[in-house]
Amino acid sequence: MYRYDEFDHAFVAGRVEQFRDQVERRLAGELAEDAFKPLRLMNGVYLQLHAYMLRIAIPYGTLSARQMRMLAHIGRKYDRGYGHFTTRQNIQFNWPKLSEIPDALADLATVEMHALQTSGNCIRNVTADHFAGAAADEVADPRPYAEILRQWSSVHPEFSFLPRKFKIAVTGAERDRAAIQVHDIGLHLKKNDAGEIGFAVYVGGGQGRTPMVAKKIRDFLPEEDLLSYTTAIMRVYNLHGRRDNKYKARIKILVHETGAEELSRQVEAEFAELKNTELKLPEADIAAISAYFAPPELPARAEGWANLAGWKKADPAFADWVRQNVQPHKHPDYGMVTISLKPIGGIPGDATSEQMEAVADIAEDYALDEIRVSHEQNLILPHVALADLEAVYRGLVAAELATANAGLITDIIACPGLDYCALANARSIPVAQEISTRFGSPERQAEIGELKIKISGCINACGHHHVGHIGLLGVEKKGAELYQITLGGSGDENTSIGEIIGRGFEPEKVTDAIEVIVDTYLGLRLDPSETFLAAYRRVGPQPFKDALYGDKTAEAA
Amino acid sequence: MADKVLTANRLSDGISVWLDAAGNWNESLQAAFVARHKEAVDALEATGKQAFADNKVVDVNVVDVEEVDGVLRPLRMRERIRADGPSIAYAAGYAGLTATAVPAA
Repeated sequence: MYRYDEFDHAFVAGRVEQFRDQVERRLAGELAEDAFKPLRLMNGVYLQLHAYMLRIAIPYGTLSARQMRMLAHIGRKYDRGYGHFTTRQNIQFNWPKLSEIPDALADLATVEMHALQTSGNCIRNVTADHFAGAAADEVADPRPYAEILRQWSSVHPEFSFLPRKFKIAVTGAERDRAAIQVHDIGLHLKKNDAGEIGFAVYVGGGQGRTPMVAKKIRDFLPEEDLLSYTTAIMRVYNLHGRRDNKYKARIKILVHETGAEELSRQVEAEFAELKNTELKLPEADIAAISAYFAPPELPARAEGWANLAGWKKADPAFADWVRQNVQPHKHPDYGMVTISLKPIGGIPGDATSEQMEAVADIAEDYALDEIRVSHEQNLILPHVALADLEAVYRGLVAAELATANAGLITDIIACPGLDYCALANARSIPVAQEISTRFGSPERQAEIGELKIKISGCINACGHHHVGHIGLLGVEKKGAELYQITLGGSGDENTSIGEIIGRGFEPEKVTDAIEVIVDTYLGLRLDPSETFLAAYRRVGPQPFKDALYGDKTAEAA
Repeated sequence: MADKVLTANRLSDGISVWLDAAGNWNESLQAAFVARHKEAVDALEATGKQAFADNKVVDVNVVDVEEVDGVLRPLRMRERIRADGPSIAYAAGYAGLTATAVPAA
């Protein structure tokens, strides 16, 4: 993985000391809140309902064991012993004291981590496929390009005060696991007929109060043009993006109002000016960054195949876990392990410091020191020999991290919601917990198959409800919580925005409503191989409306 | 007019606090001074502005409450959760607040 050079070290250390001084002046009353707020946000410090919240960047979701141990340390020393992994592949701590945050940031800097650009109207943490560098279906590893974008965008003077925040996602496979079509810019790494690497470029996707699927404005952008073309997009956005209305300031609104064709024309015109400037990426630079992400040496471990068969036979729970949480690796003797942070009835994305340390130990012993955070709020060990799966599983069982539910109905995305978040209108976590508990039996989950439920506690959609196969949006109506259900959303290569199915449900009725939807699906699917999403796309919303509301008109809440 | 209390987050650690009758910022809603008429609400608002200007607290708000059997209860769920803490147990395996409780300022 990428290692800081001298510049990076000096830059991050400098920012920590700068922020330490700002915090000291704030606490001494020399800086007023109005002046301090933008400064703390630039360092990832929010004020939430109960306390400050520190959001730490995990670039493209990649962590070493040492870094994971540091996160455990931050949780233990500066927080309440746990952290929350987010849909942006970051981690949030819910209870740090402002007075101690500079020390926490100094500790983080020792392992080449920071909290910069996790807030504010700048280019945020660049996200990527969590199976990058390991997936069998990958054309190329997206992380070198994500790292190039990270370096280019860090405190970029021209793009630090955009009309609104800006999110870029990169995938290197046809199967989109990074939800690139709901990002401001989505980059799909591919090869052209000549075998050269480049990108399909998508612009103007996003969720929030105005969900939009991104428009493809380039079929193939040569890799050397990555920064010049991205700069061209940013310039068009920076110039024409709306600054008069926060809710219409994202690039998706500009794309929508301008039209993809005209916007593309403007971008191409700007790009023509930039194409042969210093922004052109030299091959040597791409190679130098790519070297940091060179695939690890994976010795043949063919004995794993026989071992695995025996272990599965001896332990059905292990067999379930392998079936659900281990994906094929590009090396046949290895697998990619999903560590579910969705225990049945638990809090999606939360992990204690002890659990983080257990994952770090396992990664060091069995997974070549690599850990990923997925946007689905799970952890990934991308390179595990099949011969080591049993030992990994035992370690995860001991840490209560071996729930065999990746991609199933209890693998729920949920934002922190009203239990923590100052923006939320309704709770997300208790709803996720109740649904998880209701559907928690392994048999029932297996019968239902792949089904992604995503829950947001407000219209900002941090819980990605718009792209949930079943999405839940919590709203406040007449002082009480109400949950609006959407169906048919998807955040993959066939992205779609879910449709509101009808009037909302009270908290005590929402799990029953989910059960009605699931039972309706089970009753109408052609056979068990037809997933919920496929069935919904075939039959549309009506059977679900009928089941939920009977003859009554389903008015949107 | 609904009864009102003054709430904020403490500057140094962000913890939710309520203004009590002695003019201190208390971590318990139940200790809050309750304003039951306009003059008292005006006084709360003035106190809140001053405390913000003095850099003691941030995010200062007057919120509606009701008193049920001697227990103060905010009318909005958001404020109830601020007063009571998250409505959920923390992460699985979390040892409980006692080991890591934030001491009163």
